[in-house]
Amino acid sequence: MNAYVGTPTSRVDGRAKVTGAAKYAGEFAADGLLHGFVVVATIPRGRIARLDASEALKVKGVLDVLTHAHRPPLADKDEAWKDEVAPEEGSPFRPLYDDSIKFNGQPIALVVAEDWETAKFAATLVHVEYREEQAFATDLEAGRSKAIEVKQPLKPRGDAAKALAGAAVRHEADYVLPTEHHNPMELYASTVVWDGNGRLTVYDKTQGVQNVQKFLCSVFDKKVNDIRVLSPYVGGAFGSGLRPQYQVVLATLAALALKRSVRVVLTRQQMYGLGHRPATIERVGLGAKPEGTLNAVVHEATAVTSRYEDFARNDTGWAEQLYKSANSRYSHKLVRLDVSTPCDMRAPGAASGVCALECAMDELAVALKLDPIELRLKCYSDRDQSEDLPYTSKQLRECYARGAEAFGWSSRNPTPRAMRDGKELVGWGMATGVWEALQMPVAVRIVLTANGHAEVSCAASDIGTGTYTIVAQVAADTLGLPIENISVKLADSTLPQAPVEGGSWMAASSAHAVLGAAEDIRQDLARLARAMPSSPLAGVGAADVILVDGTIAKNGDKTRAISIADAMRHGKLERIEKQKLNHFAEDKSHARNTHSAVFAEVKVDEQLGVIRVTRIVSAVAAGRILNTKTGRSQIMGGVVWGIGMALHEETMIDHRFGRIMNANIAEYHIPVNADIRDIDVIFVEERDDHINRLGVKGLGEIGIVGVPAAIANAVYHATGKRIRRFPITLDKLLA
Amino acid sequence: MADAANQIPDRIPINLIVNGNRRTLDLVPWTTLLDALRDHLVLTGTKKGCDHGQCGACTVLVDGRRINSCLTLAVMKDGAEITTVEGIAKDGAMHPLQQAFIDHDAFQCGYCTPGQICSAAGLLAEGHAKDSDEIRELMSGNLCRCGAYPNIVAAIQQAMGQP
Amino acid sequence: MINFQYSRASDVADAILLLTAHPGAKLIAGGTNLIDLMKENVEEPSRLIDISRLPLRNIEETLDGGLRIGALVPNSDLAYDPLIEQRYPLLASAILAGASAQLRNMASVGGNLMQRTRCAYFYDTATPCNKRTPGSGCSAIDGLNRNHAILGTSTSCIATNPSDMSVALAALGALVHIAGPSGERTMALIDFHRLPDDTPHVDTNLEVGEIITAIELPPRGFARNYSYLKIRDRLSYAFALVSVAAALELDGNAIREARVALGGVAHKPWRSLEAETALRGQAATTEHFSRTADLLLQGAKAQAHNGFKIELARRAIVRTLMQAANATPQSQAHKKIA
Repeated sequence: MNAYVGTPTSRVDGRAKVTGAAKYAGEFAADGLLHGFVVVATIPRGRIARLDASEALKVKGVLDVLTHAHRPPLADKDEAWKDEVAPEEGSPFRPLYDDSIKFNGQPIALVVAEDWETAKFAATLVHVEYREEQAFATDLEAGRSKAIEVKQPLKPRGDAAKALAGAAVRHEADYVLPTEHHNPMELYASTVVWDGNGRLTVYDKTQGVQNVQKFLCSVFDKKVNDIRVLSPYVGGAFGSGLRPQYQVVLATLAALALKRSVRVVLTRQQMYGLGHRPATIERVGLGAKPEGTLNAVVHEATAVTSRYEDFARNDTGWAEQLYKSANSRYSHKLVRLDVSTPCDMRAPGAASGVCALECAMDELAVALKLDPIELRLKCYSDRDQSEDLPYTSKQLRECYARGAEAFGWSSRNPTPRAMRDGKELVGWGMATGVWEALQMPVAVRIVLTANGHAEVSCAASDIGTGTYTIVAQVAADTLGLPIENISVKLADSTLPQAPVEGGSWMAASSAHAVLGAAEDIRQDLARLARAMPSSPLAGVGAADVILVDGTIAKNGDKTRAISIADAMRHGKLERIEKQKLNHFAEDKSHARNTHSAVFAEVKVDEQLGVIRVTRIVSAVAAGRILNTKTGRSQIMGGVVWGIGMALHEETMIDHRFGRIMNANIAEYHIPVNADIRDIDVIFVEERDDHINRLGVKGLGEIGIVGVPAAIANAVYHATGKRIRRFPITLDKLLA
Repeated sequence: MADAANQIPDRIPINLIVNGNRRTLDLVPWTTLLDALRDHLVLTGTKKGCDHGQCGACTVLVDGRRINSCLTLAVMKDGAEITTVEGIAKDGAMHPLQQAFIDHDAFQCGYCTPGQICSAAGLLAEGHAKDSDEIRELMSGNLCRCGAYPNIVAAIQQAMGQP
Repeated sequence: MINFQYSRASDVADAILLLTAHPGAKLIAGGTNLIDLMKENVEEPSRLIDISRLPLRNIEETLDGGLRIGALVPNSDLAYDPLIEQRYPLLASAILAGASAQLRNMASVGGNLMQRTRCAYFYDTATPCNKRTPGSGCSAIDGLNRNHAILGTSTSCIATNPSDMSVALAALGALVHIAGPSGERTMALIDFHRLPDDTPHVDTNLEVGEIITAIELPPRGFARNYSYLKIRDRLSYAFALVSVAAALELDGNAIREARVALGGVAHKPWRSLEAETALRGQAATTEHFSRTADLLLQGAKAQAHNGFKIELARRAIVRTLMQAANATPQSQAHKKIA
């Protein structure tokens, strides 16, 4: 039954990816394909006073230059522009809609030409004049006093302010996190194929083909069957592809205007005009009793949003899951600035908020003269405090124990600057990670053919997360077939329903849809098998039938079996097709989370401040791990992100121009190979009988959460310097 | 009538030996080797991740040496032998690096992978990387946003025959 | 990228002829910097003259025991050349500290000398920059200047030269061989790059129509006591915040000859003859090396965000000199700083 689930199975799409056969959105061919190049605004706020495309239009090979004043119709109402993950409050951005400039880097024209180079060249000949009517602002810290509070689901408990004021030991500080950009390796791209009669096939870089499909239909007033969206391979997204991005609107617009196929690929620089992890000031206050139990938690986040949409995530509530405290208060504030709307970026809210919380816990441990793990165990909460619920499972204690053991934490000298390796100071730090275990409605169709091959299809995306592989694993196990006999089709809007791939919900959601559809097939096969003359399965109830090794067999007695091929032949069936929407039992009596304990070793050159992250141990409790190979990779990737967040990543804005000055991947530093050394991923066994049948929780986000804090805490332990402004660059240590 | 400012430069005929096949192209000089491969020869295995020599996704082998094809004008490589990810395998079997990348799960989204593999092939041919630190350093021109670096190093070590 | 014409030079004389005949033309060899800047519309040459096939790829011994390196030798070939590895390991190390393996395979020695600043404002045509558009103003002086120069700055420009190789060449006292319409000439590398003054758009002392044909290394290679230390924001594939090339000749513990050059701190590789002279005859001690740092950093001026570079450079100078004195040069692959 479990030949594949829970094993280190290699990616089923591996061969396509290592041979270059895997095609991404900007790589699909079409007859007479045109290429669009985007012209972007160079001011953060104002209006287009004049846009002169006449010189560009003179270039041989240029077909058109689309602008707000020259384009096919676009929907007028905000509702039409609200995709399934748009913020509730606000008016979504509409490319080429009117003359207003809302952020620097906003698209203002699309040059369409017979080839990409010509379009790019002609774009340099588009002359734009602006009218800057109002003062602009892009600086969170300067705008902090103008922050507005947004509704948060968590109610205050007790009187946190009073408890904090009266606490025996108190720690309060601001932690400042910069704007970050996802920077997936693939450039944002859409190839819109003109199928004739206004029907379009759209290859788009997205985390949700059906979201894009519905969005395009709504924006362009098209019928469901007019637009099909596909995204078979996605070169990373990390949240940036949850909402439809503007290049798909522009490519569609151009295809409709010119009745030709059109591809639009953004430049790396232009991708800095998409969403981002908002810059945030996290104010954390912790009040403890002398023995080290918490009595007050106050967490206030102040984050950037755009002027046109309120984007807010849960930065602050995570202490409710982690640490017992009788008093707590959480608030989230927004500062509206002349920037594009932020969007989800790997562990949105948690990556930033838990970073601050876990740095603060480390500072509190120092103040209490407690080992950081001991403090966390003293405050350990077995219940979600805001809802007062137990967890479906929570092996966080085991994470601390296993992680500490693997790391060698017990030999840590708690005194800062006490551990050395030659000229380097050695620091050991730790932090807790937490994320939600979410599941969403997903449907899957399985077609089993008599030759013992099954095709599994679903609109869900695989953005590198391994969806293709886990879907194949669950199907292979449930259908009793070798994984080579399973083919998986994903990311086509005509396939059974799936939400955007995000929030770590796709593994559990898609796996259970596969399980459901495969079980329906099993039921049919069992019926067929029992109906055969002198069937060895006569009298065996449906619940006792399993599919194994290409046969229909009695559970526990493989000798009572019939081959699937025989049963289908006898039933005169060439194929069995089942489509199933997953079903999760309603359970309001449990909280659902994944947890981790992260341990970091840094070595800091004492004189020069150069920081090396030499070791990370991440012990993760996330229910059953469907694929220990791809799962380990996902956590490892999250750890690398955490290292980047701690030490490297920062979008630098010159607030005089309201302009990002490192809109590239040379000066926006993400970790390179040389920055990454040993990463030890430990999956702590966590059986979960409540969350879902397979006990699966999801891994996409938990890997990053806690890592930046563990590193910051390690840097403190190494150097005695507490850096609360990220990223921790060496100049901050030298200061 | 277009004036000089919006004139397309003259096309130049060139030959490239791409994955062993002679290909003739008529290119405007501004076409990079990367765009020539992807758009003109429809060899989309070579990836564009930044177009500015900052990420390494466009790495191919030119006359056996790894280079960034995005910063190379195709006309300057007239007559050169180009090897892309599509041509790195010989006789239908996968190149040992390709198999090692699968074995070690040295990628997630797969977008940087062709560049990593071509870069690693260049690294093996150069012969300067003797230990994991040297592999890390000499592979640092290939960014991987999924963070597969430790697996990439392990895959290269496998292909080098190191434990 | 703007439209440009392309021609291939048949020899050095032809390249010079083409350069002179076509105002606004530029030479291209490796292209790693020029193509990048053309894509940003920062460089807008009317014509590219391809010199990549000219026979300037030899590394030859000179009569006085030095080496003459053809301008088109790729950076990687130079770094791994046995003569360089054995006799000028400082140069090999500095080259390997820069860029990536791919870029080093492409970039030529001559092109490395010609690479332009990485100042973000220089790269962004939407912002003023005196180097890109003379007279438009310097955005960095009151802007984001964490990466900018601390030495030799002017009120027009605070950009840095990003090369690693040039820093080592400066320390080694390299010469630049130049051919031009009026014949050949030679210039000390330390005089090749200029300070910004009020003409920051002019990076080098190369005249119109001139081409670099070779770099010459003097016989002194400092192969025993040298180190190149590059400090940056990540451990590889990033430009220097500060880099130091140090080269010593020792008699026991006494310094016979000293060279120190800094990268990432000025519009050109930074040397101080006074600092080097002061070291001669002294013992290789932290105290003396601190004095060297003081002399090298004389007149250093901090901007709003780069003040840390002064202290960082001070410490890096002492450290690199000590690495050189101890014959424990910094490895570019093993990231622990020796």
